[in-house]
Amino acid sequence: MSEPTTSRRAQLKPPVTDIGVIGWFHKNLFNTWYNSLLTIITLALLAALLPPLIKWAFIDSVWYGPAAACHDVDGACWSVIPHNIRFIIFGFFPEGQAWRPALAMFLLLSLVVYSRKRERWRSSLGWLWLISLTVMGILMYGGIFGMPVVETAQWSGLPLTLMLSFFGMVAAYPLGIMLALGRRSRMPAIKSLCIVYIEMIRGVPLISLLFMSSIMFPLFLPEGITINKVLRAQIAIILFTAAYIAEVVRGGLQAMPRGQYEAAESLGLTFNQTMRLIILPQALKIVIPPTVGILLSAFKDTSLVVIIALYDVLKTTKVTLSNPKWTGCSTEAYIFLALLYFAFCYAMSSYSRRLEKELDTSY
Amino acid sequence: MNDRKFEKSSEKSVEPIVEIVGMHKWYGDFHVLSDINLKVQEREKIVICGPSGSGKSTLIRCINRLEEHQRGRIVVNGTELTNDIKNIEKVRAEVGMVFQHFNLFPHLTILENLTLGPIWVRKKPKKAAEETAMMYLEKVNIAEQAQKFPGQLSGGQQQRVAIARSLCMHPEVMLFDEPTSALDPEMIKEVLDVMIGLAEEGMTMLVVTHEMGFAKSVADRVLFMDDGEIVEQNRPDHFFDNPQHERTKLFLSQIL
Repeated sequence: MSEPTTSRRAQLKPPVTDIGVIGWFHKNLFNTWYNSLLTIITLALLAALLPPLIKWAFIDSVWYGPAAACHDVDGACWSVIPHNIRFIIFGFFPEGQAWRPALAMFLLLSLVVYSRKRERWRSSLGWLWLISLTVMGILMYGGIFGMPVVETAQWSGLPLTLMLSFFGMVAAYPLGIMLALGRRSRMPAIKSLCIVYIEMIRGVPLISLLFMSSIMFPLFLPEGITINKVLRAQIAIILFTAAYIAEVVRGGLQAMPRGQYEAAESLGLTFNQTMRLIILPQALKIVIPPTVGILLSAFKDTSLVVIIALYDVLKTTKVTLSNPKWTGCSTEAYIFLALLYFAFCYAMSSYSRRLEKELDTSY
Repeated sequence: MNDRKFEKSSEKSVEPIVEIVGMHKWYGDFHVLSDINLKVQEREKIVICGPSGSGKSTLIRCINRLEEHQRGRIVVNGTELTNDIKNIEKVRAEVGMVFQHFNLFPHLTILENLTLGPIWVRKKPKKAAEETAMMYLEKVNIAEQAQKFPGQLSGGQQQRVAIARSLCMHPEVMLFDEPTSALDPEMIKEVLDVMIGLAEEGMTMLVVTHEMGFAKSVADRVLFMDDGEIVEQNRPDHFFDNPQHERTKLFLSQIL
């Protein structure tokens, strides 16, 4: 009785409708009558929409010709992008100096990409960041090594978007964590201060914060003192994003079982050690998905700085389209812009999914 | 050991390692612990039993200040528990605690769970802490799991890791809060075996448990608690064979 029964049992193959290509189709596209119906409707829609789209975008389109060439064709006028790329990307950065923001952006993006692996997170990487950020600052502002000074008012286009969103996220995250901890503090003064801050910021739109920072805030400053407009917008974005991060992190903190605090405390860990080593690593991991959601919207919300007359990449595109030569090409330009935004957002969200997987220790 | 206990009653030469005098605790209006007096000598093993809600867990949680007492004194190894956080941290580092639900840190490996306290509280170098940790893991028969995460271990294994984690701090006293209550029956023995081994080595232990077999074979003293009071305490043979109070008799008749 004890001999293995599997060896004697006849090994039948599963039915042909369950495996291979047929199996896949059956399981994923035609497993019920309404799914079959949906499949057919979807296919019909694709058949109706795709050919004209492809014809417009690829076959009848103009890729590099002058604006005039676009009048003769029915297809997309992609040439709006190559002809205006310098202005769309770099905006009002002086002619001939565009290599500086280009290099700064390249430096920033490569550092971000390099930092993606957790095993590289060492103190040496921190120093590398510090040095690179200084170099980026020098590249953007100039004033030494024979580079002419470029006032921040001229910073625009993609470098401005990346800068506002990168520093917005990097500064808002720790600030948000501190606000979340403060909101759970036992000290009433700290607690109510954090609650008031979070609720006030969440109660107003980002646009109004930007307005305040650009119009109201200078009124309170003593005469003669001005704070740079880009910096003011940057601070508004940081303060705004931090309030949202704080609430998400608070949710993560509340999800932590009391036993984790008790176990850490009974080892004799101090409150700070308990938070840093036990509670926050777990709580922040739990809230990666909503945190990334907030960071993504912070990235896209930087386009709102247009209302205080900063020229981010969306605004430089709009300016391009106001040129009568290119007015008709707005669809093409906006598709390009959408793809640009999508590339950044998708990179962030897929990185966060990878991070979640790496940090997952539940089995 | 019993000799020493009798000695103590006549002269006060040996300082108790845990001393609780006239301690009261309330949850809001609810009087959880009432006039608790308890002296625990070094190397003494005490089992605390009683019906649920009798305050036995609360009592041992007061000893490392996971719960705050409102009246009376608790002195652990010469340090009185007050609101002074430094004193509390000092006592916690000297008192090991094992929980019903293990409370391992799920984001750290088994080895990291064990070295965390020694490295951050005792300021031991990482390498020395890891060596000690491996020694204790071997002692609880789980060294081969050192690089795994708690979620990959069975309940019994996790509880043994939790015991080893406390031992790495070289505690003067170990508190066990129903250490086997959350375990499947076949895993209870492996945890109890580790605890018996510890007892034989002379660890001072306070154990809240329903394992009466463990109480009979290991305890120097059994405490019976009911309704927030220590109703009766005695050597295990007397306690089980000849209970003095009606409440103790009723409790024993229900569980034995």
